[in-house]
Amino acid sequence: MTNDNVKKTPRLADYQTGQTSHDYLSELRAINPVDVDQFLSVGVDTSENFRSGTFIVKDQSVVHCKTAQKGVDVLSISQAREKFDLSSYLWQGVDPDKDEFTSWAHEQPSEGYFIRSHPGQIIQAPVQSCLYIEKENFAQNVHNLVIAEEGSQLSIINGCATSPHLISGLHVGITEFYVKKGAVLSFTMIHDWGKEVNVRPRTVGYVEEGGVLISNYISLRPVGSLQMSPTTHLRGKGAVARFNSILVADKGCTLDVGSNVILEAPETRAEIISRAITFGGDIIARGRLVGMVPDVKAHLECNGLILKDGLMLAIPELEAHVPGVEMSHEAAVGKIDNREIEYLMARGLTEEEAVSTIVRGFLNVDIEGLPPSLKQRLDKVISETEKDMF
Amino acid sequence: MLLIEELGVEVGSKPILKNVNMEIPAGETHVLFGPNGSGKTTLMMTMMGFSGYTVTHGKITFKGQDITYMPINERAELGIGVLFQRPPTIHGLKTRTLVEICRKNPETDVDALAKHLAFTDFLERDVNENLSGGEIKRSELLQLQAQEPDLLLLDEPESGVDLENMAVVGDAINRLLHRGVKNPACSLPSKREKKSCLVITHTGYILDYITADRGQVLYEGVLRCSQNAREILKWIREYGYAECVGCPQ
Repeated sequence: MTNDNVKKTPRLADYQTGQTSHDYLSELRAINPVDVDQFLSVGVDTSENFRSGTFIVKDQSVVHCKTAQKGVDVLSISQAREKFDLSSYLWQGVDPDKDEFTSWAHEQPSEGYFIRSHPGQIIQAPVQSCLYIEKENFAQNVHNLVIAEEGSQLSIINGCATSPHLISGLHVGITEFYVKKGAVLSFTMIHDWGKEVNVRPRTVGYVEEGGVLISNYISLRPVGSLQMSPTTHLRGKGAVARFNSILVADKGCTLDVGSNVILEAPETRAEIISRAITFGGDIIARGRLVGMVPDVKAHLECNGLILKDGLMLAIPELEAHVPGVEMSHEAAVGKIDNREIEYLMARGLTEEEAVSTIVRGFLNVDIEGLPPSLKQRLDKVISETEKDMF
Repeated sequence: MLLIEELGVEVGSKPILKNVNMEIPAGETHVLFGPNGSGKTTLMMTMMGFSGYTVTHGKITFKGQDITYMPINERAELGIGVLFQRPPTIHGLKTRTLVEICRKNPETDVDALAKHLAFTDFLERDVNENLSGGEIKRSELLQLQAQEPDLLLLDEPESGVDLENMAVVGDAINRLLHRGVKNPACSLPSKREKKSCLVITHTGYILDYITADRGQVLYEGVLRCSQNAREILKWIREYGYAECVGCPQ
């Protein structure tokens, strides 16, 4: 399978590009009230309570950037480039020639965030970021760099959204993760794009000895097309990667979402779990585990439900290059088991309530590192999404 | 409480129940015996309205209402509760949540009910996920205790349950039926109004734990006899189900 499977491959030439000029907001409270709800829907709290930093880019302009706690840096990537030598990090993981979007991102001016937790620092409150498109038919180009230094712990909530009235747009995002020895990075990405917005994130991560990378991806709202397949290299002994994806596609959406984990060192472990529901859209749920050395363990789980029409294609791949790797996968695609619906009806639930309860349970992957407020928000979004399913 | 008249049921265009007549008066517990494949589960599933069981003739009346074609949830709301033999797993739904959803009285203390059933440790587990036979029965009984039905349909409540768990299951069923029986040999009447119950069994072991007012045998889709449950069980143990063929209905 290649990117050609995505039906709606956007043409870069169809979008406006270049710099934008939005006012910088020193206080997030000064933000346009119209945008607040959009921010909240993707986990970005404009009151900045229990956040150790905030970064917001609107179209191509950084409109807010704040570090709220010692031990962590939250900067725009352009500021970080001036302040630090990032040559050993930037574009080290992502190949600029990977595809036309990556090449374009490499050639064009970009903005994005630089988030770094200092060695040994436990950053309790998450850093939040929002990548926002306001300008109609605009191609946003962001480049993000996240470094969890040795022994540190960091969590990030990254929300991506558009202005409520925006119809069309393109988001290309390059993100590079570096999880150093013994560090723990929890990264939660929530997308709420427009119905005709095309999204092409390109992500690569490296995890050193004893490091942990937890990546959660949630896309419940309509999007034109989304194609991404982040790759994580477990380079040090005992490194761990866990990927959870929750995908919902309604009519007109095409989601081609995968995760790749390359287990390159002994005692590394990986888990990829994907839950996908379509009620009219196309979903390709990929997962690829590559065992390069003996004594590694990994599991892949792709479960998909078709509630109405649509395509559900699960592509689990296990690739072992040596003996002594332990890798497994489960993939199940289908409709809701009628026995489950009738079982709940026998407990007094209507058919609609039973389906809704099952769907909610299906999507209820225990997501690590999710603050309670965001969990509540997600429950609300799932409830709203359910209304569209019937 | 429940009246079944001349009921015929097909499963996948194959006739399973042929002309079943049955009455369960309020407060009575009836036991339905029958070998595997005799149509016992089909009768129960039809009484609850599950899909795949097509009523070809006859009717089912519950509390004076014709429920023959009523949706499952409306039957549940009217007061019928089922203990399933092999219930499905519902991933992502905690047992506690389901019990809270289906409890008749919002004040019902889920933890107290679970404690009685030695089910506290399983409340946060997904419904029926990785449960043993006895644990599944206790989960079902927990849900039924929250539902508080007036008519219980128990499908093979003893299947897959070890002796130790069987006492817990028997005790819970008696509490559900408001029979308050602690010692199977002694049926002390409870002061509360008894519930009605139909128990499906092919081994009859459950009769060591609950008291039944009447027993019936379903054989090849037809109810063959109706009399004292223990008498029937004794006959079946001695002569097998084949003897039921010659028994007048």
